[in-house]
Amino acid sequence: MSTPEKTNPRSDPRWVRVALIAAALGVIGVLIVIPLVDVFVEAFGRGLGAYWQTLTGDADTQAAIRLTLTVAPIALALNLIFGIAAAWAISRFRFPGRTLLTALIDLPFSVSPVVAGLIFVLIFGLQGYLGPWLRAHDWRIIFATPGLVLATTFVTFPFIARELIPLMEAIGADEEIAAASLGASGWQLFRRVTLPNIKWGLVYGIILCNARAMGEFGAVYVVSGHITGRTDTMPLRVEKLFQEYNTPGAFAVASLLASLALVTLAVKTALEWKTRRDLAEAARLRSEGDAA
Amino acid sequence: MNDVNRRVLPGFRLSLGYTLAYLGVLVLVPLAACFSKAATLPFDRFWAAVSTERAIAAYELTVGASLVSAAINVVLGVLVAWVLVRYEFPLKRLVDSLVDLPFALPTAVAGLVYSSLYVESGWLGRFLVPLGIQAAYSRLAIVLVLVFVGFPFVVRTLEPVLERIDADIEEAAACLGATRLQTVTRVIFPSLYPALVTGFALSFARALGEYGSVVFVSGNMPFKTEIAPVLIVARLEEFAYAEATAIAVVLLVISFSVLVVVNLLERWSKRVYA
Amino acid sequence: MSITVKQVSKSFGSFRALEHVSVEVAGGSLVALLGPSGSGKTTLLRIIAGLEVADSGTVLYEDEDVTDAAVKDRNVGFVFQHYALFRHMTVFENVAFGLRVRRWPRKRVKERVGELLRLIQLDALAGSYPSQLSGGQRQRVALARALAPEPKVLLLDEPFGALDAKVRQELRQWLRRLHDEIHVTSVFVTHDQEEAFEVADRVVIMNHGHVEQTGTPREIFERPANPFVMDFLGNVNVFHGHVVRGRMKAGSLEVDYPAHPHDEPRPATAFVRSHELDILRTPNGRSSLEGKIMHLSPAGPVVKARVFAADFGIVLNVDVPRDRYAELGLEVGDTVYVAPRDVRVYLQDYII
Repeated sequence: MSTPEKTNPRSDPRWVRVALIAAALGVIGVLIVIPLVDVFVEAFGRGLGAYWQTLTGDADTQAAIRLTLTVAPIALALNLIFGIAAAWAISRFRFPGRTLLTALIDLPFSVSPVVAGLIFVLIFGLQGYLGPWLRAHDWRIIFATPGLVLATTFVTFPFIARELIPLMEAIGADEEIAAASLGASGWQLFRRVTLPNIKWGLVYGIILCNARAMGEFGAVYVVSGHITGRTDTMPLRVEKLFQEYNTPGAFAVASLLASLALVTLAVKTALEWKTRRDLAEAARLRSEGDAA
Repeated sequence: MNDVNRRVLPGFRLSLGYTLAYLGVLVLVPLAACFSKAATLPFDRFWAAVSTERAIAAYELTVGASLVSAAINVVLGVLVAWVLVRYEFPLKRLVDSLVDLPFALPTAVAGLVYSSLYVESGWLGRFLVPLGIQAAYSRLAIVLVLVFVGFPFVVRTLEPVLERIDADIEEAAACLGATRLQTVTRVIFPSLYPALVTGFALSFARALGEYGSVVFVSGNMPFKTEIAPVLIVARLEEFAYAEATAIAVVLLVISFSVLVVVNLLERWSKRVYA
Repeated sequence: MSITVKQVSKSFGSFRALEHVSVEVAGGSLVALLGPSGSGKTTLLRIIAGLEVADSGTVLYEDEDVTDAAVKDRNVGFVFQHYALFRHMTVFENVAFGLRVRRWPRKRVKERVGELLRLIQLDALAGSYPSQLSGGQRQRVALARALAPEPKVLLLDEPFGALDAKVRQELRQWLRRLHDEIHVTSVFVTHDQEEAFEVADRVVIMNHGHVEQTGTPREIFERPANPFVMDFLGNVNVFHGHVVRGRMKAGSLEVDYPAHPHDEPRPATAFVRSHELDILRTPNGRSSLEGKIMHLSPAGPVVKARVFAADFGIVLNVDVPRDRYAELGLEVGDTVYVAPRDVRVYLQDYII
């Protein structure tokens, strides 16, 4: 009997496979795994008690956690509503400029976070276009929570829309047209037909958007003004602790953000498995239908 | 499809109106403000702001480090995507998930940990520093962290393309007498070029604007390790808004050009090979 | 260059694709592997090419054992069902590929490719990309690419399967003419019997991993070896009955079957092709069946009649020549008598 590897034209020799797998694992190891492990080793290096003390004993760190938990959900909610509206308009209707609109939605991805922060300073800052008017009414946007929300919303702007648009285009409008012809109202149609179909794609978009919203650094750095205990989000707190040579503190906060990243990856992977299974299931049902 | 849907399905005006308003208020108007602010500068002052030696050094470093890191990512991305698509090995699913970590991990965390790994006392620095490799607070550090940040782009653009290469293409090459190496270099790689260009450009564009991770690892020395976004922040902190805006406009123009070039390339390759 | 396949078996998991298959392909001939899907014909072709490895058995090219030879060293031309053209290469580069990897000098590559492009009549499109060609043009390019390195054998996997009916027809005639010109030993896989019979010198009929019959188209059509072949060729009416003492009886149908002169009856099946049935207005003795015309389809070179035979509870398909149809003045609902001219009887150890 001959070995299949010898003649199967698509398979590589064993030594090539082993060498390439080893090289790839080496890349992932050095680039990703070692840094990830290092975050937790540095954070827990002096024991669990010290770690807990670092996180809970510092009022400014506590404030940063609270601020991130305030800013991220607001940005998320805003982009969620936008994402659904944009996906509905773009995937269900044809209108002039549709392609351009789709391209514009991706625009924030090619803007440096620092520039994203800067543009809001230019509008709402003291010397900005609306600065004098805001000052006259005693409203603060820059160096305050609204500015953080604006900057975060800008950088996470495309996530949910770009997840939903291709999904809804793939699903098609047939079910919704059927529901509308049966007399469903707009809200019933969305809640009973559209939402069940897109819910997993929506969750996918939300977790990616949330990860970026909680982790954003450059844009919020520019608009925050670094007022300790007032406008420092978690990533900004990491930087401040690092600048103050409080490395254990910086790593403790960083470990929370890294955990968030791991949870995000886990949910993302689970959703991708689910989608793949659903697709396989749909294909199986289709082929059985053909055979019958 | 258009007219029928508009007659049958609700919410066209509402959803499109909201989309346009939100996009306009949050993205387009602020970006326009940036350009209009830059336009208030007389041209000679604008030119002076964007062409100081320090600024030029920053552009060169930003573009150079981004190009180098994107090129490295192309090589690493081809390797990892190939292994993930073509071979089976233990923990493959886990490795596949880990590829996305740079998308999920806040850049500040990446910067923090990279800065600690490559100093002399760090896990990797203790091997590299004695060899004379300074991968902390140097240009090398910037490239390294940009490789991390842009790593998933090439892998994720290549994977679906590799999966879609039909078995019969490789079989055809073998039947025609090609060795495995010839099949890989003459048949498989050329069909990956469009995806490689896209992956390279995405990785490059991401690196151009990156701030959070670089600021931790580079040391931010003017003329040496100061990238353009760091220079913008430095100008802002000096309250030199006009100068900061001018440099931001240069950065925006570079990023948008990359975007346009990628779109044109994709359209072209679709037309020729589709 | 002849091809000999000896006792080849191949399984994919628990599915046995080929079981002890032996086939001879004479040098310079054009042979069709014909069978339903899942019959193992494509697997056999891929084993001949070296794209699959047989679990057991041997493959010879002339006298040389190539069972373990790598594909790239076998010098076969293989044409894939979906063309498998290199989409990033022009037509010229596709055809030149096999020559370039063999390091032919530039000038000879140019000559050889030019020659082949003229042969497939696509020299005007040398600079086009595959995406700019029609399906038929792509398949011709695939053929030219396979022929360029002067292969010892040419193997084609459902070569016209992805094309529409008219282009198929043109291409299969063209393939036959081409083969008459270049005489390279060729094997092609098809599930379309018309295609196999029209193009091939010899046809190998396969089913469930076995060879059911091998022969010229005429031999197979006139002397089907077994009920599977009979049924696969189609347009056939089936009667179940039994044989006893040299006669086959199925209801009122009776024919001679001298191969079974014994007393004890055995189940048997009789097959009659639709063009081997006559329609009569009056019964002619014992070997005609009474029936009622259910449907007439007069469009085409023959009139297709569907006749319900109450004795058997089955519908018979009968091809009636046009002049006979006019002569009898057949109408739906008429009672007629159907008489077989030619009946093939098989004892029932063959199960379809």
